[in-house]
Amino acid sequence: MEAATLKKPGGTSERTRSERKLGWMLCAPAVVAMLLVTAYPIGYAIVLSLQELDLRFPNEGGFAGLSNYEAVLTSSLWWQDVFNTLFVTIISVALELTLGMLIALAMHRAIFGRGVLRTSVLIPYGIITVVAAFSWQFAFAPDTGFVNNLPLIADDKAWFGDRFSSFAVIIMAEVWKTTPFMALLLLAGLVTIDAGLYEAAKVDGASAWQRFWKITVPLMKPAILVALLFRTLDAFRVFDTIFIMTGGAQDTESVSILGYNQLIERLNLGLGSAVSVLIFFSVFLIAFLFIRVLGVRLQEGRPGT
Amino acid sequence: MILILLFALIPVVWIVSLSFKTPATIADKSFFPNEWTLDNYETLFEGGLSESPFLAPLINSIVIAIIATTIAIVLAAFCAYAIARLEFPGKTLILAGALAIAMFPAISTVGPLFDMWRTLGLYDTYPGLIIPYLTFALPLAIYVLVAFFREIPWDLEQAAQVDGATPLQAFRRVIIPLAAPGVFTAAILVFIFCWNDFLFAISLTSSDASRTVPAALAFFTGDSQFTAPNGNIAAAASLVTVPIIIFVLIFQRRIVAGLTAGAVKG
Repeated sequence: MEAATLKKPGGTSERTRSERKLGWMLCAPAVVAMLLVTAYPIGYAIVLSLQELDLRFPNEGGFAGLSNYEAVLTSSLWWQDVFNTLFVTIISVALELTLGMLIALAMHRAIFGRGVLRTSVLIPYGIITVVAAFSWQFAFAPDTGFVNNLPLIADDKAWFGDRFSSFAVIIMAEVWKTTPFMALLLLAGLVTIDAGLYEAAKVDGASAWQRFWKITVPLMKPAILVALLFRTLDAFRVFDTIFIMTGGAQDTESVSILGYNQLIERLNLGLGSAVSVLIFFSVFLIAFLFIRVLGVRLQEGRPGT
Repeated sequence: MILILLFALIPVVWIVSLSFKTPATIADKSFFPNEWTLDNYETLFEGGLSESPFLAPLINSIVIAIIATTIAIVLAAFCAYAIARLEFPGKTLILAGALAIAMFPAISTVGPLFDMWRTLGLYDTYPGLIIPYLTFALPLAIYVLVAFFREIPWDLEQAAQVDGATPLQAFRRVIIPLAAPGVFTAAILVFIFCWNDFLFAISLTSSDASRTVPAALAFFTGDSQFTAPNGNIAAAASLVTVPIIIFVLIFQRRIVAGLTAGAVKG
């Protein structure tokens, strides 16, 4: 593609122009498909959130200004759910980072059994979240679960009868499901570190602990931050697991479940849309904080969960 | 090493073991079945297409995932080819936009989509699910394909032409074999994404016309109104999980390559 072309004085060449057109044309269908279901609906959601629209009473309602937002932001249920969501998010991501790092280190060192490790890491990725949630739920349910049979655990402990034990199971299931992906992201960062650095450090007498904290972590900072960004955004949107395990009962509801309940269960499009828009802005805020404040560099970033 | 494998497998083995337990022993709290039965699997398929609680959702899941994957890969391949190979303004914008969409909370689109689909008659239909799947799978596909396409030595195409091949032959014999692994990997990742989705499946469907397996699982009823459907749920869950595991086993190298492609090559 480097064939020299004579440029018309002061303008772009024919070649460049047709390359540009081809580029846009090839990208257009994908771009349209992506915008169709995001740009338009989010705009529509904002419009809906400014109305009082309850599909059970379609003839009532009309423009309502910011009253839906007022209702949501002054509701204790909303703030409770924000707390729940942040609670699950922060603890899950912290656990995933730690466990993921350990697994990544193990995978990096492993010479034999790489295939086995790879598979075991991908099984949670491939399983449907709902299936995993059911599996964990049945394991901890007092009537069918094997967990209560284990030593050191009370035979009749009602894991789902209490708020924080429910959270414990939910977090365990979430961590199980997504740690592998975290491990893979971290591994990708690990392999870029020059082995020579470790050799030099060993010669200088550094212990494994020192080597980890002074070499590995600082050099992996970009990869760690990117992994954190994606996982936090994902974790904030938690829905499937909580829906299956508790349905939001015992005060474990997340903001996404709140949105679903308002929109689909209660058909209150006005209120539900206000919740959706607020969730959108929260996610945006988290991303902004990560990128601006923590300086995540997105060149290395990628979607993929 | 072994610990990690156990960590990954325990929930899977558990759900499979549950699926073989008889209704009498399902509450016996042991990890492995004490009494084995295939009943849970039989009830899933009883009644054929119209009555079975599982057959229709299974078919829905398979067909929808395949259609969505095919369309997504085609669109993404065009886009990724352009981004990896051509020069045009707006490339970074498209990539940044794709990233933004991947971070988008799907719940925020559910309300409007529910309303739009009801008006357009797409509620509870195949296209009603395929379209949102396309939107959220495209960023993933584009990123993976761009990473793979950037690694292809495009000059080989010109070299082949110098050696006497027509442009079409050069494309077919040289480029396509080089691009195939990347496309295949992207397809696997997109398929897993569509297969896995729950939120859209329960929000935008209401009957077996287009309900997929994850959504159907959440609304399973038991043999009678007195039995909990846990055995059936476990059986259905096992049926959709074991193939995926075998699938993942066979293609693990590719999947890992795809997932880390963007991260390493950037």
